[in-house]
Amino acid sequence: MQKLTIALAGQPNVGKSSLINAISSSRLKVGNFSGVTVDKTEVTFKWCDEVSCSNYEMSIIDLPGAYSLSDYTIEEKVAKKFIQSDEYDLIVNVVDATNLQRNLLFTAELLESGKKVVVALNMIDEADKEGIKIDEKLLSEILGVTCIKTSASEKSGIDELKSAIIAAYKNDEYTSKVKYSDHIEEEIAKIVDFFKEKKYQKDISHRILAIKLLKEDSETYKMMHDEPIWIELLPLIRASLEHIYIHSDSKDIEQIFRDEHFAFAKGAKMEAMEISSMRAKNFTQKIDNILINKFLGIPIFLFLMWGLFQLTFTLGAIPVDMIDEFFTSIGVASKGVFGEGVLGSLIGDGIVPGVGAVVMFLPNIIILFIGIALLETTGYMSRVAFLLDGFFHRFGLHGKSFIPLVTGFGCSVPAYMAARTLKNEQERLITLFIIGFMSCGARLPVYVLFVGAFFSQENAGSILFLIYITGALFGLVAAKVLKIFVFKGENEPFVMEMPKYRLPSLKLIWHTVYSQAKSYLKKAGTFILAASMLVWFASNYPKDEALTSQYQVQIEHAANPEIEIELQNELKKISLENSYLGKTGHALEPFFRPLGFDWKMSVAIGTGLAAKEVVVSTMGVLYSLGEDVTEEDQGLMEKIKTEIPFASAISFIVFVMIYLPCLAASMVFVREAGSWKYLWYLFLFTTTTAWIMSFLVYRAVLIL
Amino acid sequence: MLLSELKKGDEAIIKKINASGAFKNRLSSMGIVEKESVKLEEYSLAKSTMEIKVAESYVALRFQEAKLIEVEKR
Repeated sequence: MQKLTIALAGQPNVGKSSLINAISSSRLKVGNFSGVTVDKTEVTFKWCDEVSCSNYEMSIIDLPGAYSLSDYTIEEKVAKKFIQSDEYDLIVNVVDATNLQRNLLFTAELLESGKKVVVALNMIDEADKEGIKIDEKLLSEILGVTCIKTSASEKSGIDELKSAIIAAYKNDEYTSKVKYSDHIEEEIAKIVDFFKEKKYQKDISHRILAIKLLKEDSETYKMMHDEPIWIELLPLIRASLEHIYIHSDSKDIEQIFRDEHFAFAKGAKMEAMEISSMRAKNFTQKIDNILINKFLGIPIFLFLMWGLFQLTFTLGAIPVDMIDEFFTSIGVASKGVFGEGVLGSLIGDGIVPGVGAVVMFLPNIIILFIGIALLETTGYMSRVAFLLDGFFHRFGLHGKSFIPLVTGFGCSVPAYMAARTLKNEQERLITLFIIGFMSCGARLPVYVLFVGAFFSQENAGSILFLIYITGALFGLVAAKVLKIFVFKGENEPFVMEMPKYRLPSLKLIWHTVYSQAKSYLKKAGTFILAASMLVWFASNYPKDEALTSQYQVQIEHAANPEIEIELQNELKKISLENSYLGKTGHALEPFFRPLGFDWKMSVAIGTGLAAKEVVVSTMGVLYSLGEDVTEEDQGLMEKIKTEIPFASAISFIVFVMIYLPCLAASMVFVREAGSWKYLWYLFLFTTTTAWIMSFLVYRAVLIL
Repeated sequence: MLLSELKKGDEAIIKKINASGAFKNRLSSMGIVEKESVKLEEYSLAKSTMEIKVAESYVALRFQEAKLIEVEKR
């Protein structure tokens, strides 16, 4: 068994992850929107040459997409650091065959590393369709490394790629290099000759060392500075640089080499590529004529978002009823099994309604996640960033902020991580601060409950959309405020690729949505379960035995069933108010009174700091009359409708919309923002805003 | 003239890029370099961002940044 480690490198949107899937034919999550996770996939296979067959174990390191090996974005830093390390044997450079020139620019940088490189000309099927013909034999000759045509979607060229990898790995003579213009090659040769004459030995090749010196790589200079050879080397380098400057008519050595790479890439493309049929417009351009049209673009985008929320509400409502019934029956059954005692109450009144309230929204959440995954993978996100940048820019945000912000509609945790694509620190912090304004999936249950209780079924979808849009607008205003008063400074330039539209494979969408749904359910099974038990405990204890027995006597002597029920309800109400939760709620009440919240709503807000799903489960427990209560349950909706005034309900929605995201998200926020002090700012910022906005909305609705 | 002054559908050759450092590198890695030809594909309503075509790539950038790029119309 031979082991080899492969670094899979390429520019963004070249189908790297799909290619990994095709090579490994394993089920793994594709698409790493956080952009910094360096995924590792292991593949074992058998490879034969003329002599014998041997087994290989290949570890593929999936590097984040990078346009160049620079420090411009975090993705690029990660890729650069790994490529410069010794942690791998060979680079597989994935290249988009339909965009050869720009991709080869990156290939040139990889070749310059001196590591073994195999080029995968991916998406060759698309290139064929566009009438692009590539002579891979010729290209291999020009680049000096093996180029293989592959198509991850049609699974072609995969075996050839594996063979090429092994062949390159076994061949000690296999090296890669970039051919520069003659005048630079001359200077390289001079320095290499000098090394040879001096019989200088180093763990990297003479040529690469010479190139690094000419490129003024600071690490190399530091290293060479302590060598005895340095004194003689220095004048040589100085003279070589002088020659290069004269030839290039520039002293910007970085730019000179960049131009060299460009000439190399362009030359390679011109020779090895041919466009046989001149298609006037490809598929992407046709769609873009409509989608980024200056008049239609934004209305279409808004319509698509509205449609998504409409679907989330209406289509999601169908299975919700079934899940609801299922949990109701479990609640009843558990009381049957465990009795009416403490255990039965814990399970039937605490765990089942609490967890059930959260699980019930799984269909809504899956629809929302599918929508977001489609936005992310088709390439439409970049279009929206293009359309909205002008607008966003005015609020101190960047067009690219749009991507984490939309992700925030699903869940704040990946959204905070997605903000890493923003290069500028100020813009990144502003984006981090306002991600919470994008209502996450966990807030959806609260909205569904309240919207369902106070609005008609026909309007529900639109109201839901309105809530999300209002949240987003609040976010923009907040961004502006932060930009003016807190995070001042320069903006990041906006240069963004508009990738081709591609229909993502079902597999890809499935994996993304599946893993998100799984983590949602996992949360319901662990965190929400624990929270429900806690809420149940805090709402049932301490027990006032004297009061209970006093009421029991009265109930037994009740004249008719109606009085009996009334007495029972009264007992529950008093017990609840005397419970830990009740006391906490009453303590919180003065703070929330101006917003029109009663103590139960105040408690729900408090428990919601742990997770937004808990808001609903808390209300489920607090407003319940003992039997199972869940949001779609007419009982709770009716109860909310009668117990909570309209104005208070609206004010509550506004508060939930704005205040601090859940505990898990807050932790990720701290990590991404880089300091605990920012969490404190975020808490102050969101709570104050939430309070003020709720107050204003409450007063406004009261007047209306 | 400047890239920002092109009209939709115009094609031009890049003459000079008045930028340096990281931003210029980014432009290069997107294929926006001197002597290359560009085509203005679309711009947004308030003329804040534009989409251009260089080689086979489509790139979006702000008018603000497009003002740094000198071009010659073909």
